[in-house]
Parts: sequence; structure tokens; C-alpha cells
Amino acid sequence: MNPEELHYTASHEWVRIDGDVGTIGITDYAQKELGEIVYLEMPEVGHVFNADEEFGTVESVKAVSELYTPVSGEIVEVNKGAVAEPGIVNDDPFGDGWLIKMKLTTDEEVGKLMTAEQYAKYVQQEEKER
Amino acid sequence: MSVSVEEKKGPAPGDRRHPEPLHEPLVFERSGEGKVGYSLPPLDVPETVAIPEVLCRPDLAGETEISEVEVARHFTRLSRLNFSIDQALYPLGSCTMKHNPRVNEEVARLPGFASAHPLAPEEVSQGALELAWRLEKILSELTGLARVTLQPAAGAQGELAGILMVRAALAKTGNPRTTVLIPDSAHGTNPASAHFAGYKVRELKSNARGTLDLHVLEEAMTEDVAALMLTVPNTLGIFENQILDIARIVHGKGGYLYCDGANFNSFVGIAKPGAMGIDVMHMNLHKTFSTPHGGGGPGAGPVAVAESLVPFLPRPTVERRTDGAFSLDHDRPESIGRLRTFLGNFGMFVRALAYISSYGNRIGDVARGAVLNANYIRAGLAGVYHLKYDAPTMHEVVFSDKKQTASGIHAMDIGKRLMDYGFHPPTISFPLIVYGALMIEPTETESKTGLDAFVAAMRKIARESEEDPEIVKTAPHTTPVRRVDEVGAARNLVLRWRP
Repeated sequence: MNPEELHYTASHEWVRIDGDVGTIGITDYAQKELGEIVYLEMPEVGHVFNADEEFGTVESVKAVSELYTPVSGEIVEVNKGAVAEPGIVNDDPFGDGWLIKMKLTTDEEVGKLMTAEQYAKYVQQEEKER
Repeated sequence: MSVSVEEKKGPAPGDRRHPEPLHEPLVFERSGEGKVGYSLPPLDVPETVAIPEVLCRPDLAGETEISEVEVARHFTRLSRLNFSIDQALYPLGSCTMKHNPRVNEEVARLPGFASAHPLAPEEVSQGALELAWRLEKILSELTGLARVTLQPAAGAQGELAGILMVRAALAKTGNPRTTVLIPDSAHGTNPASAHFAGYKVRELKSNARGTLDLHVLEEAMTEDVAALMLTVPNTLGIFENQILDIARIVHGKGGYLYCDGANFNSFVGIAKPGAMGIDVMHMNLHKTFSTPHGGGGPGAGPVAVAESLVPFLPRPTVERRTDGAFSLDHDRPESIGRLRTFLGNFGMFVRALAYISSYGNRIGDVARGAVLNANYIRAGLAGVYHLKYDAPTMHEVVFSDKKQTASGIHAMDIGKRLMDYGFHPPTISFPLIVYGALMIEPTETESKTGLDAFVAAMRKIARESEEDPEIVKTAPHTTPVRRVDEVGAARNLVLRWRP
């Protein structure tokens, strides 16, 4: 269910690497946990982040959660469609519900993230600990 | 709601539900040209308009015109659609919705208090000043801390005041530092307050017991950390039993230990925060000390501080002069300034002092009763609802919907269904570290009969979740407004009524 080609964080973001650009979103598990998403707060294009920095927030009827950058880089695009209709993130978290695109500072950080298989195990553990 | 009464089925014998839908139009919608709510004699002096035309607003034409009887009925009807602590148990975890004793109201309405003018000179305000002074002394005694400001209008403003005092104290030494540490079991306002005071927030993960992990704290506590903001007991209703070690670690790096005292109800009169190493703590008069709450307010969030923070208290402070008279001291050069007009929400001071005085030396009974009642509910629902953390419960207990999710029932549904049984829902989905949380705080003012009725309703809902989940998922069925579209409301905000 978690696409093989993506890289995952412990805070439930994913990143898809395409050359030196990373597309970032939240996982299917994250959107299910949050419930119906009603608001997204996204950064400005041009903003530079380190890895594991807060880049925005996602708000559902249950809670507001911070979003963290899986990798370092500069924001090159924000998904305006998702900001206008946050329900897209619930419907298609790995596709049309992506959040931001970043120009990566380095290609060395991606290796530290989880593979789809590792992430699935991590989620299993997290569910057990509820 | 334009469906006419004629087209709908009327109430049947034995139907005790609210007529559906029980809709009260907005007061603007009751407006009718020429309706008035006053009766004045005819004008017998020359008419002049004293307000310059430039200041007159033409857009106010068409304001609501309505009679007195319609106004009275409108608000009375609305009040009947509402739910309040005067109707039934209001177990909203972490909010401490306890009974507001009527004697408090009587005392607060004494003309000397109710009619006191905040701009009256000190000579004629001695009673009001003395009351504030006495309340400060008592709160100082209960917290074991040097002094107390009564100014903040609510808990969150108290938090801000407390962190600003920490910042001022550190800035005086040359370095205000950059970070405030906050456990993931803290109140949600804590990060906002720290941020507002100019600090970065670092969240600390709780351990398996549901309390702060000393190793996590030791690793995070650097000389860049201004304070640790600790909710005691935390939002799981669990006491931080390593509080002395926590204080030692924080103080060891020159930081301050801030206590969110919103849950003071669970240990007031039993233990003193000052003796635990806490440097600064806010309390909520509208929680622990029974002043009205949740629309009935306003609130009041006094902050108690250790000796080291006294110079930074908001000004003015109330002082007793050597001749015994009371006065305001504005001459406090290191003060963080004023947070609120005049003394703060003075009417709440009167009520809180009345409440504390009525208990006197038995004030610890408040905490004993609160802890007993929460544990009574915990025992009554054990095995029926999942309890993630089984450390001893203080004033509130956090269950989850884990046993019910298999039938597709979530905490939200359980809360909604409770309304059908005449109770206010508990706090749900908080604290965030318990998935599907149901956070229940009965407070000490509930009788055993009331608690038994609540436990019976919760047990019944658990049974319904297995046998008839649909009735829970579609609840509430007996309230004036049925299940609302929360997602639709949040996605399509309409904040202003327009004709």
C-alpha cells in the first residue's frame, strides 16, 4: 500500500525523489489517523529548510499536527490544489494530495529515511502501542 | 428551516423528544419595522443632534427592531437548548467543570463589591484591595510560593505572564535563552504561550508510564533552555512522581520549572508546588476554585512565583502599608508590565475567596473528593473501555475507544451518544498521545448517584456499540440539533450572518 519508490519518516511524511527535486506529502496512515483534513498551512516558495524542520501544519477536525521536512532544501512549489481543497490529501495522499516540492540541498539525506517495508513495520509497531 | 409546521408530523403521545427540528431564529430574524422595547414620554424640549454627522453611521439603518417580550423569550428559549453544569454531570476532562456554589454568587453581589468602581480612589476601595491582598496571601500559602499576581484573565494569559517573567529574569543575567521544553502530555496552550513569549518549543516524549522520562529530560535540558513547562498532574491524570528529580535537572542547568496548575484541583491543600521545586505556576480560579466557567466566566488565571521571580511580577501589586491601609504599588521597575486593566477580573476573586473560605482548613477535601470520584469512574468502567496507562489516577481518567473501534465506533460517537443520556460529552481526541482518547473528569462536586448514572450510561453505550452500532454512530437522537457536519463547517467557514 505504501509505494515502494518513496522514502518515509517517523513523523509520517514521504518524499519522492526526481533528480534534485523531492515531492513531499503525508502517508495514507497519517491521513487516516488525522481524519478528515480541513486546513493546510504551507510555506512560501523560496523558503529554505533543514531536514526535520517544521514546514507547515495540517488541521483535521480532531487535531492540528506539525509537518516536518524529510530532507533539506528550498521550497520550489506548493500544491495549491490541496490548499484549496484539503480533502484531496485524504483521497489521494500519495498522488494528487502531495504538499510541497523542494530542491534538495544534498542527496545524502534520503538514505537515512525508511523504505516502504521499514515504514510498514514501524506503523505496525505504533498501532500496537496505542 | 422553512418546512412549515403543517407539512410535518406532530408529536405523538409519549414522544418526549424535542419537537424536530427545534429551531430558534436569530434575533435579527425576529426584527420587524416599528417594534420597540422601550416606552418614552414625548419629547418636550427642542430636538438637537449632538453627534457630529461625520461620526454617524448610515449603514446602521435597518438595525434589529424587536419588542422586550420577544427578546426575553428568544434568550430564554436559547438557554433551554443549551446544556450547563446546573443540569447534569459535565465531565469535560482538564476543564474541571464543577458546581458553582450559590453562596459565591451571593457574596459577589454584595453592593460593596458589585458596585465598586475600578477608578475610585484607594481610600474608598480598601475593601476591594484587602480582598485581593487576602486572596493573594491564601494562594501563596496553598502553592508554597512567595507571591501571586491576580491579573491574568485566564489560564493561557497566566502561562504567558509566567514565561515572560522567566524571560525577564534570564534576560537580566544577560541571556534570555532560546528554548522551552514541553512534554507531549501537556496542555495545548503551553506551546502557544512559550512561542508567544519568543521561545522555540521542544516537545518531550512521555515514557510508558505516561510521565516525563528523566533520560529524555537530561538529554534535552541544556543551558539554552529557559524553562520546562510541566502540567502536574499531566493530562493523563497522572502525577509526575519524579518531580523532585525533574526540578533538580532543570535547576542544574539554570532553567526554571513552570507548572501548569490547571489541574491543581487534584492536590490543592494536600501538597505545595513550592516544596516540589516549582518556580512559577498558574492556577485557574474558574477550575480549582469554582468560579463560573465556559460562557459563564470570565476566567481568572493567577500566577504564583518563587522569590527569584517576584521583581518581575505584573504591576501594580497590592501592598499593605505599615499603617495597615492597602494601596497599589506601580513602582516596580523590573515588572513585565500590566496584563489586564485594573486588578483583573475582580468578581472572580470574590467568588474564589468565598469558596476557599467556606472550606477553610478542609480545603484538601476538594482534592480528596476529586481523586476519589475519578477513581470511582475508572473502576466502574474498567474492562469496558480501554485504559492505555494504568498508573494511579488523580483527578481525571483517560480511556480510549480501542475496544469499540472494531464495530466502527469512535470516541466522537461515544461522546455524541452520551448526550442522548443527558450528559455532556467528555473531552475527546486529547491528549494526543492516547489514540481515540476519552478524557473524563467528574470533579468532587458529583454525588455517588450522579456518578453511578454516568457509569451506567457509558456501560450501556459500550453494549450498544456491539449490539446496535448504528444507533451510536448516528447519535445524538434526542438533542435539539442532531449530528452536525463538523467537516463541512470547518472547510466552509461562514463567520458572519447576512440577511
